[in-house]
Amino acid sequence: MKLEELRYGTELIKRGFASMQKGGVIMDVVNAEQAGIAEDAGAVAVMALERVPADIRSAGGVARMSDPGMIKEIISAVSIPVMAKARIGHFVEAQILQSLGVDMIDESEVLTPADEEFHIDKKQFTVPFVCGARDLGEALRRINEGAAMIRTKGEAGTGNVVEAVRHNRTILSEIRKLKGMDETELIKRARELEAPAELVIETAKRQRLPVVNFSAGGIATPADAALMMQLGSDGVFVGSGIFKSQNPAKMAKAIVEAVNHFNEPAVLAEVSQGLGEPMRGIEIHSLPPEERLASRGW
Amino acid sequence: MDGKIGVLALQGDVSEHIAAFEQVIRERQVNIPVVEVRLPGDMEGLIALAIPGGESTTFMRLIDQNGLREEIRNFSGGIFATCAGMVVTAREVKDESRFAPLGIVNTVVNRNAFGRQRESFEADIPVAGIASPFHAVFIRAPVVELAGPDVEPLAVLPQGIVGLRSGKHLILAFHPEIGGDLRLHHLFLDGILSLPRPGA
Repeated sequence: MKLEELRYGTELIKRGFASMQKGGVIMDVVNAEQAGIAEDAGAVAVMALERVPADIRSAGGVARMSDPGMIKEIISAVSIPVMAKARIGHFVEAQILQSLGVDMIDESEVLTPADEEFHIDKKQFTVPFVCGARDLGEALRRINEGAAMIRTKGEAGTGNVVEAVRHNRTILSEIRKLKGMDETELIKRARELEAPAELVIETAKRQRLPVVNFSAGGIATPADAALMMQLGSDGVFVGSGIFKSQNPAKMAKAIVEAVNHFNEPAVLAEVSQGLGEPMRGIEIHSLPPEERLASRGW
Repeated sequence: MDGKIGVLALQGDVSEHIAAFEQVIRERQVNIPVVEVRLPGDMEGLIALAIPGGESTTFMRLIDQNGLREEIRNFSGGIFATCAGMVVTAREVKDESRFAPLGIVNTVVNRNAFGRQRESFEADIPVAGIASPFHAVFIRAPVVELAGPDVEPLAVLPQGIVGLRSGKHLILAFHPEIGGDLRLHHLFLDGILSLPRPGA
């Protein structure tokens, strides 16, 4: 087979990668040892970062892409896919992550944005991207820029699922409202959503986002993960919730099982037992607006 | 009615596999339900089991947790496995100490033989038993490096075997369920169903 007949980084390949993650748990890890615990527990991928969101929150300052050395270490430690975060709009961080062999890039509001006007032009990359969204318009703008997966923003590093629930319900409800609209109404709605008409029409027809939709931001227990799955998520990201809990290996396994059995309360009860303290958590209303990560990006 | 087709629904692109088989069944004008398989009881009445793409470590954890290992090993129907399915059905997975595969097919598999996601690709490849090249989508795909005499390779790339038959089973490194070409699904069902497909 001639090399020129092989096509890399097509939309089908990028979205296909995201589809293979469905029904899975993607876990934040800060070193090779944690990555091994995540893989053993049955994570479908790990997110390599220097500090989990809870620590980014307490450290303050500018949060940037992680040290490439640390990302490489994690890549060589596990056989599941490795994801890493770039700052919103920081396409050079994304280029670096792609050259390291990262399997999916998270253009993330958890890091300090590098551009207040433009997100990364994700179509220029061979590797797929995941982006956060709070509502349908934001999700479709990111998909239009080339995102292969959408996740709710939630409120990362709080251990409080309330914002992830809000964002998820908002997106679902906005999709339901598209039902029954004719094409001219959908085009009008697209202008209101500040999203491309063809994506709004596709979403209306399929009654779901055109790409895989995960939940993230504040998921801290097996019940939280199952809640997001019952609300229609294709899978979950768990950040601080695992390695800020008392028994990370046990918590990680329990969350994987909870996502697999999200509709079976008896199994959820069983896996939720004896996990020790989950992460402490933050009440959202006690967070001043400038400390809310979800408001980064647009 | 011929029985049911099950899709292992623990993780991965389950809905794509269900949609693809439903499409193929419509094309063959037969009445075969496609069902999700999560627990041993779901295997009842199956004539075929599809093992989708996803993460093989996760699959094996959940197969064992849900008590499916022996059920799948002892399954007498045909298995249609893609990507991670090629890994979990293998006799041996190279450099893998985290899990023992199911050992259904006499193969030694190399996971992620092509590299990382940026090396994932689509291409038209020749497949034995299919008239013109098949549009194959490889996503962090495995290959079979060694196969027993009971294995019939159907598609081979420089890295290894990417498509094979073993008894009723059809094992693929790529993803026909998302590539829009369902000829391999038909080929698989030709070996399972008693009735020939209309017009074939």
